[in-house]
Amino acid sequence: MMLATTQEQEARPRAIVPAHADATSLSIAVAGSGGSGVMTAGSLLLEAAGKAGFYGLMVRTSGPQIRGGEAAALVRLAPRPVNSLDDGFDLLIAIDWLNLHRFADEIALTPASVIVGDPDAGDLPEALRACGARYVPLPLKKMAKAIPGSWINMLALGLAGALAGLPERALEAALRASWTRGEAGLEANLTALRAGIAAATGIEGVRPLARAASRSDADAAVRDSPARWLLSGNEAAGYGALRGGVRFVAAYPITPATEMLEWMAPALAKVGGALVQAEDELASVNMIIGASYGGVPSLTATAGPGLALMTEGIGLAVAAEVPIVVVDVMRGGPSTGIPAKSEQSDLSFAVGGLHGDAPRLVLAPASIADCVATTQWAVQLAEALQAPAIVLSDQFLGQSRAILDVPPQRAGVARRLTAAANVPDYKRYRDTENGVSPMAIPGTPGVVYTADGLEHTEAAIPSSQARDHRVQLDKRQRKLVMHDYGAAWADVEGEGEAAVITFGSAAAPVREALARLAARGVNVRLLVVRLLAPARPEHLDRALDGVTRVLVVEQNHGAQFYRYLRSVYDLPGKPASFHRPGPLPLRPAELADAILAWRGA
Amino acid sequence: MNDVAVCAPRTAQTYKSSYKPIWCPGCGDYSVLSSVTKALAKVNVAPEEVVVVSGIGCSSRIPAYTNCYGFHGVHGRALAAATGLKVARPELTVLVAGGDGDGYSIGGNHFLHACRRNVDLTYIVMDNHVYGMTKGQPSPTTEPDWDSKLAPGGTGMRVFHPLVIALAAGANFIARAFSGDPNGTAEIIAQAILHPGFSFVEILSPCVTFRPEQREWKELARPAPVAPTTDAARAARRLMSDDGFNIGVLFEGDRPTYAHGRTSPRCELADLENDFVLAGVDTEEVPA
Repeated sequence: MMLATTQEQEARPRAIVPAHADATSLSIAVAGSGGSGVMTAGSLLLEAAGKAGFYGLMVRTSGPQIRGGEAAALVRLAPRPVNSLDDGFDLLIAIDWLNLHRFADEIALTPASVIVGDPDAGDLPEALRACGARYVPLPLKKMAKAIPGSWINMLALGLAGALAGLPERALEAALRASWTRGEAGLEANLTALRAGIAAATGIEGVRPLARAASRSDADAAVRDSPARWLLSGNEAAGYGALRGGVRFVAAYPITPATEMLEWMAPALAKVGGALVQAEDELASVNMIIGASYGGVPSLTATAGPGLALMTEGIGLAVAAEVPIVVVDVMRGGPSTGIPAKSEQSDLSFAVGGLHGDAPRLVLAPASIADCVATTQWAVQLAEALQAPAIVLSDQFLGQSRAILDVPPQRAGVARRLTAAANVPDYKRYRDTENGVSPMAIPGTPGVVYTADGLEHTEAAIPSSQARDHRVQLDKRQRKLVMHDYGAAWADVEGEGEAAVITFGSAAAPVREALARLAARGVNVRLLVVRLLAPARPEHLDRALDGVTRVLVVEQNHGAQFYRYLRSVYDLPGKPASFHRPGPLPLRPAELADAILAWRGA
Repeated sequence: MNDVAVCAPRTAQTYKSSYKPIWCPGCGDYSVLSSVTKALAKVNVAPEEVVVVSGIGCSSRIPAYTNCYGFHGVHGRALAAATGLKVARPELTVLVAGGDGDGYSIGGNHFLHACRRNVDLTYIVMDNHVYGMTKGQPSPTTEPDWDSKLAPGGTGMRVFHPLVIALAAGANFIARAFSGDPNGTAEIIAQAILHPGFSFVEILSPCVTFRPEQREWKELARPAPVAPTTDAARAARRLMSDDGFNIGVLFEGDRPTYAHGRTSPRCELADLENDFVLAGVDTEEVPA
């Protein structure tokens, strides 16, 4: 049963956004043409909110050209952790109107929303007028010009921060902490920040963030709250990789994975590792295979086009049993697709896209915070099982920044079974009970062997014999299937006869939708699958014990997760699918509606 | 790791495996294998400290025929695998071996960037101007009028000049050898191993099965009439004008080797978390 087709989705009127079920959060978009500094304004707004004790999320969005053109920072702030965007925006601050209509879908506004924009930059575009939001003209450019040396985005920061109810000290501290230029410029921009704050007093209709019950409670909460982190999923994945033991990375730049590599390059140097910028993805995957063959846990990060080039290498890692980790920060596909926007459409390729019978690990982090633990786990699994692991992150997780409680430590480091020196009758690909055989690391005497992508005997001699092929195929499959992955394979939440199954960045809006439904007395079980391959049939049966029907939710056009789950699991009842492609993020209200419709069906 | 005391001097035999090569009778690669093992004996490095990395093709079978660690990867990517290995494990001696199709066609991009990256690798190409394993198709070094089933009447394309391209891409050690002179080839390979940075040794290694006319190479190959130069401009003139049969080290530069390898840790892993920690502000004095 396919619940939503793309056509149905398109037919839904866009301007009518459901009322906020979550009145405690505040959603602010800061938009403008490239170079107007909206990302800086958004980042500092998020940081200031964090300094004031709030949680938040900032999603970056831009046109297809990545650099230059229009851009918007989408910020959602709340007194509790935020993992998903809301249905619409309470406030849009437009530094100018250039191509802003392209964001009309992404920055959904209602008659309850407020738009602040510069009348000198032109009239309110028709696409924004149609939504019925209240328009507050403010001559931002003239105001900034009146403060020599100041930037218009700092004015916007002051305005947004004040309307959100953030204390001036937090905004000022965020600006000061990020400032790397001269003192004069800092003073000018602090003046602009204050001018923005002052301008906010005349603007009504934006509900500031709710503090705790009393001032003293709020202060105590800030004082007593443990340290929080502010980071992107790309940084989180990079750090998780290092915690897992990765000390070599080779990669080719690609949106939206590059920031992960840029964070890792200096970090690796500090902890005794190295990063090589490869000439292409064919090189990067083979470089990490070479490094890992040498005994050093290794990783590369890429997006769909790069993953496509890497598949031959990943197959080599399967056949030669060399542990590697490939992080795919998914973006809209196929081909060059929509490089800076999110989509969960590499799933089929990740679980099925290698030639031959090639068992591999596929994992998906379920939040920005989970990028740390899941990437770390991927390294541990790859090392323990001497197999490639693909981590399916995406642009939403990778490029968004969030304020988090410090994620819990995942125990352990990478452990690879290695061969001791001079062991008698050493066979690299010995057919052991659990399929994992000791790997000789170059430098170890008496156990030399040649790793091979050709099918081979247990002694690593090339072979095209039927028996050898069968033994090695069984071995490579068995080691993945027999492994005890523990409870981390999926998150199971709630009770009920109906269950939603999802993965990756779709998990957060689904979770928010289910929380809203639970508040209305509608209880649905949630299963967020972290280990996508190999399949865990017995575990799934346990997780769905008592469930009579399931709905699979994902962000792609082809219902890839739904089809995959149906191919590897026996799902109860008549499984249904809710799927739609990017680039628009899945919204909690849209999912709540779909889940209600499905339950009623 | 060398806890086994080496008493007997290492000989070429030390580096040979018991595995019998699968090459056609008369193939030049037999003597290249012998030159590689002789060169390793000259350099006298423990066999387990050596890794021979290859791609796909007749010559790429060579790793398993040595008693060293071997890596037989996918077609064209040997230099990439070797680069990762050497950067991750700089103490190892890493040899990369393959043919003209593997190195100059499917792996051409890696060849260019290995030359300019200058990681300390020794790259040995057994060039026979033909795809032998797939039974006789033209390679980048095949003459434009060489007739074959896949390219009847010839490809019409000018040949790829590996040495000139290596020089232009920044290779620091460029040599040509001939499989018909195993001792001379062993000497060149030993020099290449000892030379810091990326060393490129192109070995004319006849395919008597698909290019029987290459038997004549033994009449054509001769020592280069001049000493190796350290001057890239002079080397370019020589390489551009020679007939492809001058044997010896033809260019030897002193460009620094790749310097971004692994170093000892400077901080604890947990120190990296400082990048993420969000400092709060004291809100006590903030006006309501």
